[in-house]
Amino acid sequence: MSHKTLIVEGLSVEFAGQNVVRNLSFTLEPGKTLALVGESGSGKSVTARSLIGLAGEGAQVRARRLQYGDLDLLALSDRQWRRVRGKDIGFVLQDALVSLDPLRPVGKEILEVLQTHGWGDRASRAARVLQLLERVGVPEPALRARQRSGELSGGLRQRALIASALALDPGLVIADEPTTALDATVQAQILGVLQAIKAQGSSLLIISHDLAVVAQLADEVLVLQHGEVVEQGSMHQVLTAPRHPYTRSLLDAVPAEHERGTRLSPGQPAATLARAPRLDQPVLLHARGLGKRYVGPDQQVRQVVDGVDFELRAGQTLGIVGESGSGKTTVARMALGLLETDDGQVRFLDQPWNGSADARVAEIQRRALRRDISVIYQDPLSSFDPRWSVGQILADALDVAGIAVPDQAPRIRHLLQQVRLPAELATRRPLQLSGGQRQRVAIARAIASNPKVIVCDEPVSALDVSVQAQVLDLLADLQAELGLAYLFISHDLGVIRHVSDEVLVMRHGQVVEHAPVEQLFESPQHPYTQRLLGAVPRLPSAGVALQVPPLEPENAVLLFDESRLWKIAI
Amino acid sequence: MSDLILESPALPLRTQRRPRRIRLGASLAIGFLTLVIVAALAPQLFAHGDPLAIVPRDAFHPPGWAHWFGTDQSGRDIYSRVIHGARLSLFVGLAATALAMSIAIVLGLLGGLGGLRTDRGVGWLLEILFAFPSLVLALLFVAIFGSGIGPLIIATGLGAAPGYARMVRGQVLAVRNAGYIEAARALGHPTRRIIWRQLLPNAMRPLIVTLTMGVGQAIVWASALSFLGLGARPPTPEWGTMLSMGRDFIANAWWLTFFPGLFIVLTTLSTTVAGRYLQQRLEGRLT
Repeated sequence: MSHKTLIVEGLSVEFAGQNVVRNLSFTLEPGKTLALVGESGSGKSVTARSLIGLAGEGAQVRARRLQYGDLDLLALSDRQWRRVRGKDIGFVLQDALVSLDPLRPVGKEILEVLQTHGWGDRASRAARVLQLLERVGVPEPALRARQRSGELSGGLRQRALIASALALDPGLVIADEPTTALDATVQAQILGVLQAIKAQGSSLLIISHDLAVVAQLADEVLVLQHGEVVEQGSMHQVLTAPRHPYTRSLLDAVPAEHERGTRLSPGQPAATLARAPRLDQPVLLHARGLGKRYVGPDQQVRQVVDGVDFELRAGQTLGIVGESGSGKTTVARMALGLLETDDGQVRFLDQPWNGSADARVAEIQRRALRRDISVIYQDPLSSFDPRWSVGQILADALDVAGIAVPDQAPRIRHLLQQVRLPAELATRRPLQLSGGQRQRVAIARAIASNPKVIVCDEPVSALDVSVQAQVLDLLADLQAELGLAYLFISHDLGVIRHVSDEVLVMRHGQVVEHAPVEQLFESPQHPYTQRLLGAVPRLPSAGVALQVPPLEPENAVLLFDESRLWKIAI
Repeated sequence: MSDLILESPALPLRTQRRPRRIRLGASLAIGFLTLVIVAALAPQLFAHGDPLAIVPRDAFHPPGWAHWFGTDQSGRDIYSRVIHGARLSLFVGLAATALAMSIAIVLGLLGGLGGLRTDRGVGWLLEILFAFPSLVLALLFVAIFGSGIGPLIIATGLGAAPGYARMVRGQVLAVRNAGYIEAARALGHPTRRIIWRQLLPNAMRPLIVTLTMGVGQAIVWASALSFLGLGARPPTPEWGTMLSMGRDFIANAWWLTFFPGLFIVLTTLSTTVAGRYLQQRLEGRLT
């Protein structure tokens, strides 16, 4: 392994006259880890890409100095770049699902890197592939190497991707959002892998939107905003004594660090108070013994949801937390009456709402109650008809609520105001909005019919931290203003802790723990909850070190892809 | 409430769109189609002559100043006939495509939304229709209803329907699983409203281009049927029929077949090129 220093001085990247990155400078010493932190559009990915000569078409990369060891990264030709990539600088791409060829076994993918650079002979390359997979903690590497990316879980895909970046022992590894979109325990495992790489002496450049994630790894941090460095310093200094207000707002936006009822985004004062579950409120949504089974392509019956009970009371928030495949979305769909149960029943406002066999409820019976329950999805864009403008989307929801067309325009303005969006947005299409604005539109649609219950299925998982903070604050405000009850589903324990009064922890379709939020987080009873809590990346100031949970066999393979199954079932 | 929005701006809005270059081919195609459509709506704008007027002493005039496209065996002006024929050819093409699409929507919705059994039944029906040569199918129709414009449209429409039906079915299957369909269900919209207001329009969107090209295809088919004597009856000015009539004189008077044939080719070509262009334009905007 080479030990070289990466020197970046005055890096600027321009796209057609637009400055995406301005005057960025840093030095990465061998064996050290540097984190580039910022939100979408801050220029962090472009920076990383320009370090491997892939800034993108039409990009103008300029710098006073861009040097890795004795390589001048500004003067390399395409051919020379190809020799550098992989060999000197390894790159871990953001999305393991799309970055791996779905038609090729992952072993082949790693082998290709070795072949391209003419590493070793045939036999030693094969051995090297297995060795690499083992190094990144892939169990049974010989078996996994022959599997395609679609057959592997998200965590294993990410490991395979890291293995291919490590194939030639590059002295510098650049990882672009290596844990985004992974479950907490899997994220912790990937961070463990990166820690091991660091321990073996490679330099690491990590890009993330989440300060808590990089806090475990980085020696130094660069905080980027709108393409400019707003803060640069040692990890410890940035975390304990942030100098720039933006850094502070990023730290404040981490929901896990903040109690219920506190504001996550700067600006307005708190509208809500911390509360405990209140049993004096009427039960709105009541589920008993919910169960759902699917027959997989191999004719095997899988119990996706098994014996789930809950009660959602007016004005309360019930959090459901679990990792992908735990069945939480299936529970949400049964609670919404969009998916028929196989066992058990749901009652809504004391009416039969969902059930199976004798207790089956027809959609016609549900329709009268539909306006009292609504839903917010993780990906708002796909939940909007692509032909419609924001105004049309809201008008469509008002139609159901029985608002006559002439009264709709003022209502639309009011709804937009309620979700803190300017009224002009009504004429725009969702495609032209930012992620946070889209989710606000989805929230406006959800409250259009004055519902009593909103089912929130991972509503903030796809958003940047600061935007996430604003959306969570908005949901809290609306709850206080309108007395809404939320069934809040998330894989993010921090978010769940921040919003919930009561929490259900789900695993393999079953509820493993059900407790008031403080009790759950202060003294988790079930070992799975304890493990889940341990895996949450927290800021080191909280005094908790990251516990890397062991890789469980069920985390290794994708047992089933829930979303794919219920789509077939419609 | 203030309109305070502290959102980090998304990636810089890409304002630099590529300059809209209408390529030569596309503009020619669209121009030609416009002419054909005008000719169909108001043929007297282009041709003052009567397409049916018989002037025996002017028979077999080669193209010249008096008769741009020449005259046929009865002395009728081919230019007038071609221009007046545009209406019928275009009408047959549009009507046949509309018929094909209507059948396709019904079958596609049945297949895409019905149960497993209905879907299988529709699948079988489509396969049978596919396996049946459209020409034989058309002959069957003509045998039953006699030749004429009506059977011509039905035969052409039926021949094109299975292809569209497959596309509609596939689109319906894709769109029914879209997030916005579930969102509409969650809002409490009745199923019928979801199908008409969201499912069908969204499913049909990518088919618009196919339809444009399909009109050209239908014109060729209809002309072929007319050529075989199964469509419009002479002396009706219809391009396929004109081809058929001119066939007997092809050795001595090439213009009898050349000009109607040219218009069939150019019209079809134009719809295809214009359809492609439309596709490229729409693809940039959709998704």
